[in-house]
Amino acid sequence: MASILEVRDLRVSYRSRTGGSTEALAGVSFDLKAGEVLGVLGESGSGKSTLAASLLRLLPSNGKITKGAIRFEGKDLLQTSSKELQGIRGKCISLIFQEPSVALHPTMRAGEQVRQVLAAHGSWGKSELREKTRQILSTVFPEEVERIIESYPHQLSGGQRQRVLIAQAIACGPSLIIADEPTASLDPTTQMEIIGVFRTLREKLGLAMILISHNPAVLAGLADRVLVLYGGSVVELGPVATVIALPGHPYTKALFASIPAPFDESGNNHKKKLTTIPGDSLTPSLQPGCPFEPRCSERMQKCRKREPELMKLSEAHAVSCFLVESQSNQS
Amino acid sequence: MQPLLQVQNLVKRYPGKKFVNSGEDLLALDGVSFSIVAGTTLAIVGESGSGKSTLAFCLACLERLTSGSIWLGDKDIVKLAEKDLRQVRPKIQLIFQDPANSLNQRWDVLEILSEPMILQGRTNRNEIRQAAHTLLEKVGLSSELGERSPRELSGGQRQRLAIARALALEPEVLILDEALSALDCSVQAQIANLLMELQSCLGMTYLFITHDIAMAAHLADEIVVMNRGQIAERGPTEKILKLPQHETTRQLLAAVPRLPRAVRPALEQ
Repeated sequence: MASILEVRDLRVSYRSRTGGSTEALAGVSFDLKAGEVLGVLGESGSGKSTLAASLLRLLPSNGKITKGAIRFEGKDLLQTSSKELQGIRGKCISLIFQEPSVALHPTMRAGEQVRQVLAAHGSWGKSELREKTRQILSTVFPEEVERIIESYPHQLSGGQRQRVLIAQAIACGPSLIIADEPTASLDPTTQMEIIGVFRTLREKLGLAMILISHNPAVLAGLADRVLVLYGGSVVELGPVATVIALPGHPYTKALFASIPAPFDESGNNHKKKLTTIPGDSLTPSLQPGCPFEPRCSERMQKCRKREPELMKLSEAHAVSCFLVESQSNQS
Repeated sequence: MQPLLQVQNLVKRYPGKKFVNSGEDLLALDGVSFSIVAGTTLAIVGESGSGKSTLAFCLACLERLTSGSIWLGDKDIVKLAEKDLRQVRPKIQLIFQDPANSLNQRWDVLEILSEPMILQGRTNRNEIRQAAHTLLEKVGLSSELGERSPRELSGGQRQRLAIARALALEPEVLILDEALSALDCSVQAQIANLLMELQSCLGMTYLFITHDIAMAAHLADEIVVMNRGQIAERGPTEKILKLPQHETTRQLLAAVPRLPRAVRPALEQ
């Protein structure tokens, strides 16, 4: 199937107050097929939110895309005029933000907030708009849609607000949805509910999605493929089941190992020390080599000198690590 | 063993808060009783709105209970006058979810650590400074960070600082209200390890409030499951996980997103 989105060597840097600049994305490339769900896994400072914002050119004023190409349905979004881009945002590509309580207008009823999205992208009659709004909201609220339309955000629960945001995102029938941590601030039962909503959307509407999360378990239940970001670089990319079962990059391995097993039947690990990754991800690495090198338990001499390229472990699974290179050379 | 903290029949009613302008009372805590043995961890789990945070605030004496009693050792702290509460407050310390909002951005790390000691009447500047440095070391922060502002720290470092500040008053009980939830997975593990370390070397007692059952299962000796202000179920961690009796517990357990089983062997490396 043809790709609807192609990202090539995307580089983004932020200017700091002191005049220096930090590279938040250091050459990210990936493809997304129509109807595919790509999970982006990364921790603070990995560049995952920068990726979401840069795909729609919504970076803050001190952020700049320095290099690369973003081709959406054949059009390079970095070359389009801002007027044309305005027509794409929300209509062809929608973005769902992290914090549902902040992303909605506090003094506007939920129905009106969805109606405005529709009105921005098409000319509809008044009653047509009202009917369309109801219809869209009822796809995410099978019950009590009338009450939701008339409600203000503060009268809704966290999960309901997230559903309103999803309704806004799907209002104009986009072909791609980018969701930045859509379940991060929700409690587990609500989180499960929202994951369910995304799943239905995908089945019903065949939407392609880029789902950004720091929680591998959330992606495990939703994504087809997962892209692991660390320090602005893609360290691993592959089918979700493969990456989770057989992570190839030392960072991915260490990240999975640091999560406590939910139900350790034996009880042997109870109160045992958890595996951690030394240091933190926010100190930018200043050397030319692999971004994970300073924290890596399997680092080698050459890791400091240059950054490993993405190497294929199998047809669909790629890892950027010299260890993988030496393994595949041996075999 | 004699429990360190024992709460009986806690009730917290917010008058007229059930819905906006409804006039109906919101019963945030409705007859909650439990106890914690010194040096152990009790986890409180439940969905948003189940009363977990209200419970934390009441125990830390930041909210007045409608009725009920909180026994710390042999004192019922609910009955104390504000003046005497000052003696008790240091013993129960609270750590919040988001260290970025619970630390003063305009102060440096040492000032943040010194404040509680100054408020409790310590006056010797050198001693306070010395104590602050010891605290930093205790939570695994380098002394070099002393002059930094919390803004210049990472999320994990900030949460370590929040823990250090709570430890400054040598508390008996530490209430952790979603203290790990805002952190990255790998940082959560670091802070969880720090908490376990402090427990084994200082004998800390924790009340670990969370919606992350996996972490609760890892850290806690006992689990209390809350639902709409009431205790749905409580018991030793293993029993709650293996033989959940209450519907709420089952729902919470079922809602934990899991990594498929295949991951486990890879983790053992």
